[in-house]
Amino acid sequence: MLAQISQWFIWLNQTTGINLTIVYDSYDRGRMIDGFLNTIYLSLICLVISVIIGVIGAWLQRSSLKWTRRLVQGYIQLFRNTPPLVQLYFFYFAIGSLMPKIENKYGIMQPILSNWDWAIISLSFFAGAFNVEIFRSGIEAVPKATVEAAESLGFNRLQVYLYVVLPLAFRVCLPALSNNLVNLVKTTSLAYAIAVPEMLYVANQIWSDNLNVPEMMTFLLFAYVFLVGILVWAMNRLERRLQLPGYGG
Amino acid sequence: MPSETESGSVTAGKSATAEPMISLSNVHKSFGDTEVIKGISFDVAKGDVVCIIGPSGSGKSTLLRCINALVPIDGGSIRVEGQEVHDANLDRLALRKKVGMVFQQYNLFPHKNALDNLMMAPIKVLRQDKKEVRERALKLLEKVRLSGKEDAYPGELSGGQQQRVAIARALAMNPDIMLFDEVTAALDPETVKEVLLTIRELAEEGMTCILVTHEMGFAREIADHMYLTDRGVIVEHGPPAEFFDNPKDERTRSFLGQIL
Repeated sequence: MLAQISQWFIWLNQTTGINLTIVYDSYDRGRMIDGFLNTIYLSLICLVISVIIGVIGAWLQRSSLKWTRRLVQGYIQLFRNTPPLVQLYFFYFAIGSLMPKIENKYGIMQPILSNWDWAIISLSFFAGAFNVEIFRSGIEAVPKATVEAAESLGFNRLQVYLYVVLPLAFRVCLPALSNNLVNLVKTTSLAYAIAVPEMLYVANQIWSDNLNVPEMMTFLLFAYVFLVGILVWAMNRLERRLQLPGYGG
Repeated sequence: MPSETESGSVTAGKSATAEPMISLSNVHKSFGDTEVIKGISFDVAKGDVVCIIGPSGSGKSTLLRCINALVPIDGGSIRVEGQEVHDANLDRLALRKKVGMVFQQYNLFPHKNALDNLMMAPIKVLRQDKKEVRERALKLLEKVRLSGKEDAYPGELSGGQQQRVAIARALAMNPDIMLFDEVTAALDPETVKEVLLTIRELAEEGMTCILVTHEMGFAREIADHMYLTDRGVIVEHGPPAEFFDNPKDERTRSFLGQIL
Protein backbone atom coordinates (compact mmCIF):
# COMPACT_ATOMS: atom_id res chain seq x y z
CA MET A 1 0.00 0.00 0.00
CA LEU A 2 2.65 2.46 1.16
CA ALA A 3 4.89 1.22 -1.63
CA GLN A 4 2.15 1.84 -4.18
CA ILE A 5 1.61 5.38 -2.93
CA SER A 6 5.36 5.99 -3.13
CA GLN A 7 5.37 4.59 -6.65
CA TRP A 8 2.57 6.91 -7.65
CA PHE A 9 4.39 9.99 -6.32
CA ILE A 10 7.56 8.94 -8.12
CA TRP A 11 5.51 8.57 -11.30
CA LEU A 12 3.91 12.00 -10.60
CA ASN A 13 7.38 13.52 -10.37
CA GLN A 14 8.54 11.86 -13.57
CA THR A 15 5.51 12.86 -15.63
CA THR A 16 4.59 16.30 -14.23
CA GLY A 17 7.67 17.43 -12.34
CA ILE A 18 5.67 17.80 -9.09
CA ASN A 19 8.26 16.50 -6.67
CA LEU A 20 6.98 15.55 -3.23
CA THR A 21 10.02 13.79 -1.84
CA ILE A 22 8.45 13.78 1.61
CA VAL A 23 6.11 11.04 0.43
CA TYR A 24 8.39 8.64 -1.40
CA ASP A 25 11.81 9.39 0.09
CA SER A 26 12.07 7.86 3.54
CA TYR A 27 14.80 10.26 4.66
CA ASP A 28 12.81 13.37 3.71
CA ARG A 29 9.64 11.83 5.10
CA GLY A 30 11.34 11.23 8.43
CA ARG A 31 12.63 14.80 8.51
CA MET A 32 9.21 16.22 7.77
CA ILE A 33 7.48 14.06 10.39
CA ASP A 34 10.03 15.27 12.95
CA GLY A 35 9.42 18.87 11.88
CA PHE A 36 5.68 18.42 12.09
CA LEU A 37 5.92 16.89 15.57
CA ASN A 38 8.34 19.62 16.65
CA THR A 39 5.85 22.29 15.59
CA ILE A 40 3.13 20.54 17.59
CA TYR A 41 5.45 20.18 20.58
CA LEU A 42 6.54 23.82 20.44
CA SER A 43 2.93 24.96 20.04
CA LEU A 44 1.63 22.91 22.96
CA ILE A 45 4.36 23.95 25.38
CA CYS A 46 4.03 27.63 24.49
CA LEU A 47 0.25 27.36 24.63
CA VAL A 48 0.29 26.00 28.17
CA ILE A 49 2.95 28.43 29.44
CA SER A 50 1.30 31.44 27.78
CA VAL A 51 -2.07 30.60 29.34
CA ILE A 52 -0.40 30.28 32.75
CA ILE A 53 1.29 33.65 32.18
CA GLY A 54 -2.11 35.09 31.25
CA VAL A 55 -3.82 33.80 34.40
CA ILE A 56 -1.05 34.92 36.75
CA GLY A 57 -0.59 38.25 34.94
CA ALA A 58 -4.28 39.06 35.12
CA TRP A 59 -4.21 38.25 38.83
CA LEU A 60 -1.16 40.48 39.42
CA GLN A 61 -2.77 43.24 37.39
CA ARG A 62 -5.44 43.52 40.09
CA SER A 63 -2.83 43.72 42.83
CA SER A 64 -3.13 46.51 45.34
CA LEU A 65 0.58 47.24 44.91
CA LYS A 66 1.16 49.98 42.37
CA TRP A 67 4.54 48.65 41.22
CA THR A 68 3.26 45.16 40.65
CA ARG A 69 0.57 46.55 38.37
CA ARG A 70 3.11 48.73 36.57
CA LEU A 71 5.45 45.82 36.06
CA VAL A 72 2.70 43.76 34.43
CA GLN A 73 1.69 46.73 32.32
CA GLY A 74 5.30 47.23 31.23
CA TYR A 75 5.59 43.58 30.27
CA ILE A 76 2.42 43.76 28.18
CA GLN A 77 3.51 46.95 26.41
CA LEU A 78 6.95 45.55 25.65
CA PHE A 79 5.74 42.28 24.18
CA ARG A 80 2.65 43.53 22.46
CA ASN A 81 4.31 46.47 20.79
CA THR A 82 7.37 44.75 19.34
CA PRO A 83 7.53 42.22 16.50
CA PRO A 84 7.83 38.63 17.66
CA LEU A 85 10.81 38.03 15.39
CA VAL A 86 12.66 40.92 17.02
CA GLN A 87 11.79 39.47 20.42
CA LEU A 88 13.12 36.09 19.39
CA TYR A 89 16.40 37.61 18.16
CA PHE A 90 16.62 39.73 21.28
CA PHE A 91 16.30 36.72 23.54
CA TYR A 92 18.52 34.41 21.54
CA PHE A 93 21.28 36.76 20.41
CA ALA A 94 21.24 39.55 23.02
CA ILE A 95 20.31 37.82 26.26
CA GLY A 96 21.55 34.42 25.10
CA SER A 97 25.05 35.79 24.51
CA LEU A 98 25.20 37.13 28.05
CA MET A 99 24.26 33.80 29.60
CA PRO A 100 26.98 31.57 31.07
CA LYS A 101 28.15 28.57 29.07
CA ILE A 102 28.41 25.04 30.37
CA GLU A 103 30.33 22.00 29.21
CA ASN A 104 28.21 19.38 27.47
CA LYS A 105 28.79 15.64 27.52
CA TYR A 106 31.23 15.83 24.58
CA GLY A 107 33.35 18.36 26.45
CA ILE A 108 32.29 21.28 24.27
CA MET A 109 31.23 24.57 25.83
CA GLN A 110 27.63 25.38 24.97
CA PRO A 111 25.08 27.98 26.10
CA ILE A 112 23.10 27.09 29.18
CA LEU A 113 19.86 27.62 27.25
CA SER A 114 19.47 26.13 23.76
CA ASN A 115 17.72 27.66 20.77
CA TRP A 116 14.75 25.45 21.68
CA ASP A 117 14.63 26.93 25.18
CA TRP A 118 14.78 30.46 23.85
CA ALA A 119 12.06 29.79 21.29
CA ILE A 120 9.80 28.45 24.06
CA ILE A 121 10.55 31.38 26.36
CA SER A 122 10.19 34.02 23.68
CA LEU A 123 6.99 32.71 22.08
CA SER A 124 5.37 32.05 25.47
CA PHE A 125 6.08 35.59 26.64
CA PHE A 126 4.78 36.95 23.33
CA ALA A 127 1.48 35.08 23.46
CA GLY A 128 1.31 35.48 27.24
CA ALA A 129 1.23 39.28 26.97
CA PHE A 130 -1.90 39.05 24.85
CA ASN A 131 -3.37 36.42 27.15
CA VAL A 132 -3.05 38.75 30.15
CA GLU A 133 -5.14 41.34 28.35
CA ILE A 134 -7.60 38.71 27.16
CA PHE A 135 -8.08 37.33 30.67
CA ARG A 136 -8.39 40.84 32.04
CA SER A 137 -11.26 41.55 29.65
CA GLY A 138 -12.95 38.37 30.84
CA ILE A 139 -12.42 39.23 34.50
CA GLU A 140 -13.90 42.67 34.01
CA ALA A 141 -17.01 41.07 32.55
CA VAL A 142 -17.68 39.11 35.77
CA PRO A 143 -20.38 41.01 37.69
CA LYS A 144 -19.12 42.67 40.85
CA ALA A 145 -22.25 41.44 42.59
CA THR A 146 -21.26 37.81 41.99
CA VAL A 147 -17.87 38.50 43.54
CA GLU A 148 -19.58 40.19 46.48
CA ALA A 149 -21.80 37.14 46.98
CA ALA A 150 -18.73 34.91 47.08
CA GLU A 151 -17.05 37.22 49.59
CA SER A 152 -20.15 37.17 51.77
CA LEU A 153 -19.84 33.37 51.85
CA GLY A 154 -16.38 33.67 53.33
CA PHE A 155 -14.25 33.09 50.22
CA ASN A 156 -10.92 34.91 50.44
CA ARG A 157 -9.46 36.85 47.52
CA LEU A 158 -7.62 33.92 46.00
CA GLN A 159 -10.59 31.59 46.42
CA VAL A 160 -12.91 34.10 44.79
CA TYR A 161 -10.46 34.32 41.88
CA LEU A 162 -10.00 30.58 41.47
CA TYR A 163 -13.54 29.31 42.02
CA VAL A 164 -15.73 32.15 40.77
CA VAL A 165 -13.96 34.85 38.76
CA LEU A 166 -11.65 32.70 36.67
CA PRO A 167 -14.21 30.05 35.62
CA LEU A 168 -16.62 32.78 34.54
CA ALA A 169 -13.97 34.99 32.96
CA PHE A 170 -12.56 32.03 31.06
CA ARG A 171 -15.92 31.42 29.41
CA VAL A 172 -16.22 35.06 28.39
CA CYS A 173 -12.76 35.28 26.89
CA LEU A 174 -12.61 31.90 25.14
CA PRO A 175 -13.26 33.28 21.63
CA ALA A 176 -10.48 35.86 22.04
CA LEU A 177 -8.22 33.24 23.59
CA SER A 178 -8.81 30.93 20.62
CA ASN A 179 -7.74 33.69 18.26
CA ASN A 180 -4.55 34.31 20.16
CA LEU A 181 -3.67 30.63 20.39
CA VAL A 182 -4.22 30.26 16.64
CA ASN A 183 -1.83 33.14 16.23
CA LEU A 184 0.66 31.44 18.53
CA VAL A 185 0.65 28.20 16.52
CA LYS A 186 1.37 30.17 13.36
CA THR A 187 4.04 32.24 15.06
CA THR A 188 5.98 29.11 16.03
CA SER A 189 7.25 29.17 12.43
CA LEU A 190 9.44 32.10 13.46
CA ALA A 191 11.56 29.69 15.49
CA TYR A 192 12.96 28.89 12.03
CA ALA A 193 15.07 32.02 12.41
CA ILE A 194 17.07 30.54 15.30
CA ALA A 195 17.33 27.09 13.69
CA VAL A 196 14.73 25.26 15.73
CA PRO A 197 13.89 22.30 13.46
CA GLU A 198 10.17 22.93 13.22
CA MET A 199 8.12 22.49 10.06
CA LEU A 200 9.28 25.56 8.16
CA TYR A 201 12.94 24.91 8.96
CA VAL A 202 12.69 21.32 7.82
CA ALA A 203 10.81 22.31 4.67
CA ASN A 204 13.62 24.72 3.89
CA GLN A 205 16.19 21.93 4.24
CA ILE A 206 14.15 19.69 1.98
CA TRP A 207 13.66 22.23 -0.76
CA SER A 208 17.36 23.14 -0.62
CA ASP A 209 18.19 19.50 -1.34
CA ASN A 210 15.52 18.86 -3.97
CA LEU A 211 14.79 22.29 -5.42
CA ASN A 212 11.06 21.68 -4.92
CA VAL A 213 10.17 25.03 -3.38
CA PRO A 214 6.60 25.38 -4.75
CA GLU A 215 5.67 21.88 -3.64
CA MET A 216 7.02 22.34 -0.13
CA MET A 217 5.42 25.76 0.23
CA THR A 218 2.07 24.35 -0.75
CA PHE A 219 2.51 21.47 1.61
CA LEU A 220 3.38 23.89 4.44
CA LEU A 221 0.21 25.89 3.87
CA PHE A 222 -1.95 22.79 4.07
CA ALA A 223 -0.07 21.48 7.09
CA TYR A 224 -0.74 24.71 9.00
CA VAL A 225 -4.37 24.79 7.91
CA PHE A 226 -4.64 21.25 9.26
CA LEU A 227 -2.93 22.05 12.59
CA VAL A 228 -4.83 25.25 13.23
CA GLY A 229 -8.03 23.49 12.14
CA ILE A 230 -7.57 20.93 14.89
CA LEU A 231 -6.93 23.66 17.46
CA VAL A 232 -10.00 25.65 16.39
CA TRP A 233 -12.12 22.52 16.48
CA ALA A 234 -10.91 21.70 19.99
CA MET A 235 -11.51 25.25 21.21
CA ASN A 236 -15.02 25.26 19.76
CA ARG A 237 -15.77 22.00 21.52
CA LEU A 238 -14.46 23.44 24.76
CA GLU A 239 -16.58 26.54 24.26
CA ARG A 240 -19.71 24.46 23.78
CA ARG A 241 -18.91 22.25 26.74
CA LEU A 242 -18.41 25.23 29.05
CA GLN A 243 -21.46 27.10 27.86
CA LEU A 244 -23.55 28.16 30.85
CA PRO A 245 -26.89 26.34 30.80
CA GLY A 246 -29.76 28.77 30.48
CA TYR A 247 -27.63 31.61 29.10
CA GLY A 248 -27.51 32.42 25.42
CA GLY A 249 -28.16 29.86 22.69
CA MET B 1 -43.25 44.46 78.83
CA PRO B 2 -40.62 46.07 81.04
CA SER B 3 -40.23 44.25 84.32
CA GLU B 4 -38.15 44.72 87.45
CA THR B 5 -35.72 41.89 88.06
CA GLU B 6 -34.31 40.99 91.43
CA SER B 7 -31.12 42.89 90.80
CA GLY B 8 -33.14 45.93 89.89
CA SER B 9 -32.17 46.19 86.22
CA VAL B 10 -34.81 46.72 83.59
CA THR B 11 -35.42 44.14 80.91
CA ALA B 12 -37.66 44.68 77.97
CA GLY B 13 -38.99 41.44 76.54
CA LYS B 14 -36.41 39.25 74.85
CA SER B 15 -34.34 42.19 73.69
CA ALA B 16 -32.40 42.56 76.88
CA THR B 17 -31.82 38.96 77.89
CA ALA B 18 -28.20 39.09 76.74
CA GLU B 19 -25.73 41.18 74.81
CA PRO B 20 -27.30 42.19 71.49
CA MET B 21 -26.46 39.97 68.53
CA ILE B 22 -25.66 43.00 66.43
CA SER B 23 -24.89 46.42 67.76
CA LEU B 24 -24.36 49.51 65.61
CA SER B 25 -23.31 52.73 67.18
CA ASN B 26 -22.88 56.03 65.41
CA VAL B 27 -21.91 54.42 62.09
CA HIS B 28 -20.67 56.77 59.37
CA LYS B 29 -19.91 55.94 55.76
CA SER B 30 -19.03 58.08 52.76
CA PHE B 31 -18.44 57.28 49.14
CA GLY B 32 -16.13 60.02 47.96
CA ASP B 33 -17.70 63.29 49.04
CA THR B 34 -21.13 61.81 49.51
CA GLU B 35 -21.92 60.76 53.06
CA VAL B 36 -24.48 57.98 52.76
CA ILE B 37 -24.67 56.94 56.42
CA LYS B 38 -24.60 59.76 58.94
CA GLY B 39 -24.50 58.27 62.38
CA ILE B 40 -26.79 55.28 62.61
CA SER B 41 -27.15 53.32 65.85
CA PHE B 42 -29.32 50.33 66.69
CA ASP B 43 -29.20 46.95 68.36
CA VAL B 44 -30.61 43.65 67.19
CA ALA B 45 -31.28 40.96 69.77
CA LYS B 46 -30.94 37.25 69.11
CA GLY B 47 -33.97 35.93 67.27
CA ASP B 48 -35.24 39.37 66.36
CA VAL B 49 -36.45 40.30 62.93
CA VAL B 50 -35.66 43.84 61.98
CA CYS B 51 -36.98 45.50 58.85
CA ILE B 52 -35.41 48.61 57.38
CA ILE B 53 -37.40 50.66 54.91
CA GLY B 54 -36.77 53.98 53.31
CA PRO B 55 -36.41 55.79 50.01
CA SER B 56 -33.78 54.71 47.47
CA GLY B 57 -30.33 56.02 48.20
CA SER B 58 -30.98 56.34 51.91
CA GLY B 59 -28.10 54.01 52.73
CA LYS B 60 -30.07 50.86 53.57
CA SER B 61 -28.15 48.45 51.37
CA THR B 62 -24.83 50.02 52.30
CA LEU B 63 -25.70 49.54 55.95
CA LEU B 64 -26.25 45.80 55.42
CA ARG B 65 -22.96 45.52 53.55
CA CYS B 66 -21.16 47.21 56.43
CA ILE B 67 -22.47 44.62 58.87
CA ASN B 68 -20.60 41.77 57.19
CA ALA B 69 -17.61 43.92 56.26
CA LEU B 70 -18.22 43.93 52.51
CA VAL B 71 -17.94 47.70 52.81
CA PRO B 72 -15.64 49.36 55.35
CA ILE B 73 -17.07 52.12 57.54
CA ASP B 74 -15.49 55.50 58.18
CA GLY B 75 -16.59 56.03 61.76
CA GLY B 76 -18.44 54.47 64.66
CA SER B 77 -18.61 50.85 65.56
CA ILE B 78 -20.39 47.68 64.45
CA ARG B 79 -20.27 44.66 66.72
CA VAL B 80 -21.53 41.24 65.70
CA GLU B 81 -21.77 38.81 68.60
CA GLY B 82 -19.36 40.98 70.51
CA GLN B 83 -16.79 41.10 67.72
CA GLU B 84 -15.85 44.51 66.31
CA VAL B 85 -16.38 44.21 62.55
CA HIS B 86 -14.22 47.12 61.53
CA ASP B 87 -11.07 46.03 63.21
CA ALA B 88 -7.94 45.75 61.07
CA ASN B 89 -7.31 42.29 62.54
CA LEU B 90 -10.84 41.10 61.92
CA ASP B 91 -11.20 37.42 61.18
CA ARG B 92 -13.39 37.89 58.12
CA LEU B 93 -14.07 34.22 57.73
CA ALA B 94 -15.35 33.93 61.31
CA LEU B 95 -17.62 36.91 60.73
CA ARG B 96 -18.98 35.68 57.42
CA LYS B 97 -19.62 32.25 58.85
CA LYS B 98 -21.98 33.93 61.30
CA VAL B 99 -23.61 36.32 58.87
CA GLY B 100 -25.40 35.05 55.77
CA MET B 101 -26.45 37.48 53.07
CA VAL B 102 -29.01 37.33 50.28
CA PHE B 103 -28.98 39.87 47.45
CA GLN B 104 -31.51 41.58 45.24
CA GLN B 105 -30.05 40.03 42.07
CA TYR B 106 -29.62 36.54 43.66
CA ASN B 107 -25.95 36.49 42.56
CA LEU B 108 -25.77 32.74 42.24
CA PHE B 109 -22.72 31.18 40.62
CA PRO B 110 -24.00 30.62 37.07
CA HIS B 111 -21.41 27.93 36.29
CA LYS B 112 -22.54 25.67 39.13
CA ASN B 113 -25.81 23.81 39.49
CA ALA B 114 -28.13 24.50 42.43
CA LEU B 115 -26.63 21.82 44.65
CA ASP B 116 -23.05 22.89 43.94
CA ASN B 117 -23.99 26.50 44.64
CA LEU B 118 -24.92 25.38 48.14
CA MET B 119 -21.98 23.05 48.61
CA MET B 120 -19.15 25.23 47.34
CA ALA B 121 -18.58 27.49 50.34
CA PRO B 122 -18.91 24.84 53.09
CA ILE B 123 -16.45 22.61 51.23
CA LYS B 124 -13.94 25.19 49.99
CA VAL B 125 -14.16 27.69 52.82
CA LEU B 126 -15.07 25.66 55.89
CA ARG B 127 -13.36 22.52 54.56
CA GLN B 128 -16.23 20.37 55.74
CA ASP B 129 -16.75 16.78 54.70
CA LYS B 130 -18.26 16.56 51.22
CA LYS B 131 -20.76 13.85 52.03
CA GLU B 132 -22.03 15.61 55.10
CA VAL B 133 -22.32 18.93 53.24
CA ARG B 134 -24.21 17.22 50.45
CA GLU B 135 -26.77 15.80 52.86
CA ARG B 136 -27.22 19.18 54.47
CA ALA B 137 -27.52 20.89 51.09
CA LEU B 138 -30.20 18.45 49.94
CA LYS B 139 -32.16 19.11 53.12
CA LEU B 140 -31.87 22.84 52.62
CA LEU B 141 -33.12 22.59 49.05
CA GLU B 142 -36.06 20.62 50.38
CA LYS B 143 -36.63 23.30 53.00
CA VAL B 144 -36.87 26.00 50.32
CA ARG B 145 -39.14 23.68 48.31
CA LEU B 146 -36.70 23.04 45.49
CA SER B 147 -36.27 19.30 45.78
CA GLY B 148 -35.66 17.89 42.32
CA LYS B 149 -33.87 21.04 41.15
CA GLU B 150 -30.46 19.95 42.44
CA ASP B 151 -29.01 19.63 38.96
CA ALA B 152 -30.58 22.76 37.49
CA TYR B 153 -28.25 25.64 36.70
CA PRO B 154 -29.21 29.16 37.81
CA GLY B 155 -29.95 30.14 34.21
CA GLU B 156 -32.55 27.38 34.07
CA LEU B 157 -34.41 28.54 37.18
CA SER B 158 -37.00 31.29 37.57
CA GLY B 159 -36.16 34.38 39.60
CA GLY B 160 -38.05 33.14 42.63
CA GLN B 161 -36.36 29.77 42.44
CA GLN B 162 -32.95 31.38 42.09
CA GLN B 163 -33.60 33.55 45.10
CA ARG B 164 -34.59 30.53 47.16
CA VAL B 165 -31.40 28.77 46.10
CA ALA B 166 -29.54 31.91 47.21
CA ILE B 167 -31.23 31.75 50.61
CA ALA B 168 -30.39 28.07 50.93
CA ARG B 169 -26.81 28.82 49.87
CA ALA B 170 -26.43 31.33 52.70
CA LEU B 171 -28.05 28.88 55.14
CA ALA B 172 -25.62 26.14 54.14
CA MET B 173 -22.95 28.00 56.11
CA ASN B 174 -25.10 27.64 59.27
CA PRO B 175 -25.19 31.38 59.98
CA ASP B 176 -26.58 32.93 63.17
CA ILE B 177 -27.75 36.03 61.34
CA MET B 178 -29.30 36.53 57.91
CA LEU B 179 -29.22 39.78 55.97
CA PHE B 180 -31.75 40.24 53.18
CA ASP B 181 -31.10 43.08 50.76
CA GLU B 182 -34.32 43.84 48.87
CA VAL B 183 -34.55 40.18 47.99
CA THR B 184 -37.93 40.43 46.30
CA ALA B 185 -37.36 43.69 44.43
CA ALA B 186 -36.41 41.97 41.18
CA LEU B 187 -39.24 39.42 41.28
CA ASP B 188 -42.71 39.42 39.83
CA PRO B 189 -45.60 39.48 42.32
CA GLU B 190 -46.36 35.77 41.93
CA THR B 191 -42.87 34.61 42.85
CA VAL B 192 -42.49 37.16 45.62
CA LYS B 193 -44.84 35.04 47.72
CA GLU B 194 -42.73 31.91 47.59
CA VAL B 195 -39.61 33.79 48.64
CA LEU B 196 -41.41 35.59 51.47
CA LEU B 197 -42.79 32.28 52.68
CA THR B 198 -39.26 30.94 52.96
CA ILE B 199 -38.12 34.00 54.89
CA ARG B 200 -41.13 33.80 57.18
CA GLU B 201 -40.32 30.20 58.04
CA LEU B 202 -36.77 31.17 58.87
CA ALA B 203 -37.95 33.99 61.11
CA GLU B 204 -40.36 31.67 62.87
CA GLU B 205 -37.52 29.25 63.55
CA GLY B 206 -35.81 32.01 65.46
CA MET B 207 -33.19 33.14 62.95
CA THR B 208 -31.96 36.66 63.61
CA CYS B 209 -32.83 38.59 60.47
CA ILE B 210 -32.30 42.06 59.10
CA LEU B 211 -34.35 42.83 56.03
CA VAL B 212 -34.14 45.80 53.75
CA THR B 213 -37.45 45.68 51.97
CA HIS B 214 -40.19 47.46 50.13
CA GLU B 215 -42.77 44.81 51.04
CA MET B 216 -44.65 46.82 53.67
CA GLY B 217 -47.35 44.24 54.32
CA PHE B 218 -44.75 41.57 54.85
CA ALA B 219 -42.59 43.80 57.03
CA ARG B 220 -45.55 44.59 59.22
CA GLU B 221 -46.35 40.93 59.74
CA ILE B 222 -42.88 39.65 60.30
CA ALA B 223 -40.89 42.42 61.95
CA ASP B 224 -40.23 42.78 65.64
CA HIS B 225 -38.91 46.21 64.99
CA MET B 226 -39.16 48.66 62.09
CA TYR B 227 -36.68 51.33 61.03
CA LEU B 228 -37.10 54.06 58.47
CA THR B 229 -33.92 55.57 57.11
CA ASP B 230 -33.74 58.70 55.03
CA ARG B 231 -30.62 60.51 53.84
CA GLY B 232 -28.36 58.41 56.00
CA VAL B 233 -30.12 58.69 59.36
CA ILE B 234 -32.83 56.75 61.18
CA VAL B 235 -35.92 58.90 61.00
CA GLU B 236 -38.25 56.72 62.97
CA HIS B 237 -38.32 53.31 64.57
CA GLY B 238 -40.62 51.22 66.66
CA PRO B 239 -42.72 48.07 66.79
CA PRO B 240 -44.60 47.61 63.49
CA ALA B 241 -48.10 48.31 64.81
CA GLU B 242 -47.09 51.66 66.18
CA PHE B 243 -44.74 52.40 63.32
CA PHE B 244 -47.34 51.88 60.60
CA ASP B 245 -50.49 53.08 62.39
CA ASN B 246 -49.16 56.00 64.30
CA PRO B 247 -45.98 57.36 62.73
CA LYS B 248 -44.64 60.37 64.55
CA ASP B 249 -42.27 61.82 61.98
CA GLU B 250 -43.57 63.72 58.99
CA ARG B 251 -41.11 61.95 56.68
CA THR B 252 -42.39 58.54 57.77
CA ARG B 253 -45.93 59.64 57.10
CA SER B 254 -45.11 60.90 53.64
CA PHE B 255 -43.00 57.81 52.78
CA LEU B 256 -45.69 55.41 53.94
CA GLY B 257 -48.26 57.55 52.14
CA GLN B 258 -46.40 57.08 48.87
CA ILE B 259 -45.87 53.37 49.31
CA LEU B 260 -49.12 52.11 50.81
